[in-house]
Amino acid sequence: MLLTLLAVVTLAIIGQRNLFGVVILSGVYSFLMASVLIVLDAVDVAMTEASVGAGISTIVLLATLHLTRTIEVRPWRRSWAPLVLALVTGLAIAWGSLALPPFGTPDAVIHRHVVPRYLADTVKDTHVPNVVTSVLADYRGYDTLGETTVIFTAGIGVMLLLRGARRRDGGGGDDGAGPRA
Amino acid sequence: MFATAAAAILVALVLAVTRAVKGPTVFDRVLAANSVGTLAILLLAVFGFLTRRPEFLDIGLTYALLNIIGTLAVLKFFRHGDLAYDVDEERKP
Repeated sequence: MLLTLLAVVTLAIIGQRNLFGVVILSGVYSFLMASVLIVLDAVDVAMTEASVGAGISTIVLLATLHLTRTIEVRPWRRSWAPLVLALVTGLAIAWGSLALPPFGTPDAVIHRHVVPRYLADTVKDTHVPNVVTSVLADYRGYDTLGETTVIFTAGIGVMLLLRGARRRDGGGGDDGAGPRA
Repeated sequence: MFATAAAAILVALVLAVTRAVKGPTVFDRVLAANSVGTLAILLLAVFGFLTRRPEFLDIGLTYALLNIIGTLAVLKFFRHGDLAYDVDEERKP
């Protein structure tokens, strides 16, 4: 039922021409998605979805709308290739998921490789009672370090871009204020 | 009892999403988005009790904070057309 709501909201986003409405609807989508993830017992992912999708993304998109116009320009030609590509990719993914073991099977391949060792040794190795945290921050420490580096680099890039733009704006503002004074 | 509450919340969620999709003005959509956020929090809390893990309440509190931030940003955008608007700057000569 939540998934049906998700599909409805997605179709509404596609049909919407007012970009402000799109931002609001994508916030709705994020909260619904977070609810689905909670029902699927992935509370940490739901947390990320709610904070990034509904919190930060909304604010960033609104800031972008301030810089652009809020009505989407009607495309002058319709091309069907993206739709076909998306449908083919989606069907391929759906076809691939048919071969997956049922949801929550304890003896699926992915649960027999290293999971028993993590479950058995977490407290002994890392002294962290939460297994997910210990895997993310300890067993996969280098992976997480790499991700953090990527995000940090992206943040620095965005900051540099925005600072450059603001300096240009500030210079223009000063020039404009000069003659008036 | 919790199952009934969850069903009621789902119904309310459907109504809110309907309003968000149909809403003639943007304000309807803002209000609907806010209620969807609130209903997601309620659903989270009820689902926590339904599966006997009331710790979910803490996560619900975080959601509530996020919801407030999002709504404040939207309303600020409406009022001033700018997120970085500063009231003190207007008072300066």
